[in-house]
Amino acid sequence: MTDLTDLGIREIRDGVRDGSFSAREIAQAFSAAVARAKPLNAFLVETPAHAMAAADAADTARAAGETPKPLAGVPLGIKDLFCTKGVPATAASHILEGFTPQYESTITQKLWDAGAGMLGKLNMDQFAMGSSNETSAFGNVISPWRRNDGGNAPLAPGGSSGGSSAAVSARLCPGATGTDTGGSIRQPAAFTGISGIKPTYGRCSRWGVIAFASSLDQAGPMARDVRDCAIMLEAMSGFDPKDATSLDIPVPQWEAGLNANLAGKRVGVPREYRVENMPEEIEALWQQGIAWLKDAGAEIVEISLPHTKYALPAYYIIAPAEASSNLARYDGVRYGQRDLPDGANLQAMYAATRAAGFGEEVKRRILIGTYVLSAGFYDAYFTQASKVRTLIAGDFEAAWDSCDMLLTPTAPSAAFALGEKSADPLAMYLNDVFTVPSSLAGLPAMSVPGGVDKAGLPLGLQIIGKPLDEQGVLNAALAIEERAGFVARPAAWW
Amino acid sequence: MSVDTATVKKVASLARIAIDDAAAERLVPELNNILGWIEQLGEVDTSGVAPMTAVIPNTLRLRDDVVNADPLTGGGIRDAVLANAPQAEHGFFTVPKVIE
Repeated sequence: MTDLTDLGIREIRDGVRDGSFSAREIAQAFSAAVARAKPLNAFLVETPAHAMAAADAADTARAAGETPKPLAGVPLGIKDLFCTKGVPATAASHILEGFTPQYESTITQKLWDAGAGMLGKLNMDQFAMGSSNETSAFGNVISPWRRNDGGNAPLAPGGSSGGSSAAVSARLCPGATGTDTGGSIRQPAAFTGISGIKPTYGRCSRWGVIAFASSLDQAGPMARDVRDCAIMLEAMSGFDPKDATSLDIPVPQWEAGLNANLAGKRVGVPREYRVENMPEEIEALWQQGIAWLKDAGAEIVEISLPHTKYALPAYYIIAPAEASSNLARYDGVRYGQRDLPDGANLQAMYAATRAAGFGEEVKRRILIGTYVLSAGFYDAYFTQASKVRTLIAGDFEAAWDSCDMLLTPTAPSAAFALGEKSADPLAMYLNDVFTVPSSLAGLPAMSVPGGVDKAGLPLGLQIIGKPLDEQGVLNAALAIEERAGFVARPAAWW
Repeated sequence: MSVDTATVKKVASLARIAIDDAAAERLVPELNNILGWIEQLGEVDTSGVAPMTAVIPNTLRLRDDVVNADPLTGGGIRDAVLANAPQAEHGFFTVPKVIE
């Protein structure tokens, strides 16, 4: 008998359907794995009862001969950015301690409607601001991976969806929700050897998802393989009248449409994605990825995205600007913590509450956002960044004349050690160099494991697609997955 | 542009974040480092380029002209709205006195 926690979403769904095991057995196995994995610090809240209730509902429905729901019997991890009714949500920040949502986010509701259950709420970078999970107010998530040099240095699981990536990679859940603002699904997926897709902006509702930068934030699935991502994305996507940016278009059947034959497809390789000091192993993996896609029938074309180098600086104006506005709501009045010094007036209460509640990185970004939006600087910074964003989106649009999708590395390195970059915010920001441009353009993009570096750590390849062409992205990722034969997994030390 | 301690404190007060002198001094080089880096956007010729307002073209919808079209975002849920307030009295959010 295989360990039930070794099963992915499809295997669990199919096994529960055909009675190979019960949903209850699955929920019990994963809940136990979650409870054992405290050293990873991946979960902020554990909800085994929620997972068990969904499992029992699935088993009861099966016994009654009902048509199985798409995710019946599948227990998931939920990033703590999603509000789930009656379960505390903090976005990994002290300022939201004590907050218990009175409503359910649209995406989690869709997942429960599809039969899934919740194993718990996953740790993350505070308000999704970070690339290493070192900005959580509740401690770093430790990657389940270790370098093979015997040093046992605790590694970053990536960020901001680092609890999600660590939990999926450590087999604590078969899939998890993530959110991606500048790469927060793809970079952690690459660091931990799993798959993750950020769909087209507007595919997934943002209602009930704690906001960071509203013009960029987009939820997506993180799972062990491409097919599992397709299954989960189908359940998460769809029109939501409660989100003004939600796209009112049908959700394709991505799983049924999976096809790794890329004959007739043209894959663009953007020459500007060769950055200085990129490790040779990343370049070698990229070349390997090109060879795999050719083998799958694709034609490779070199393309140019001339404004690539301006994407990161534009992102670090736009995202903090939107964050400074979105996070203005945390003032000690309506939810979370309040700090009321003796004799303080309302303004002093706001300032004390926000000083005590927000972490250093969040404060840094709020200050940058406030500065670039302030009178006298608005046009020089925010308007200019919004114009550059138009040019970056235009680069991609022009590229679609000569190709159907793009292939790039996901991140410029393998996972780094915790503490290695945290002293230098700018060095940390540069980690998102390959993921940010497609975020600014709202495009679907996916990371899929391609291999390991010489320290035995996973490396990811990224596929970027045309707007609404999640199918094309998933298919190219599947072609890579089938050829990469990635089987490396972290040895359980926790 | 580069910021000094006074600017950092002014921005912090606009952002409603209490900040002491030591923190302001620590933030000056950090923010200057980041601002210096984002300033390279000034190199880009954006004359005639419209700033992006929507990343994926979409038309803004109007909600149905119905009371409580969606019960979750409509009225009549005072207790749920107040449930997470650090301090609530008589069905209202409570804040320190604002009128002398």
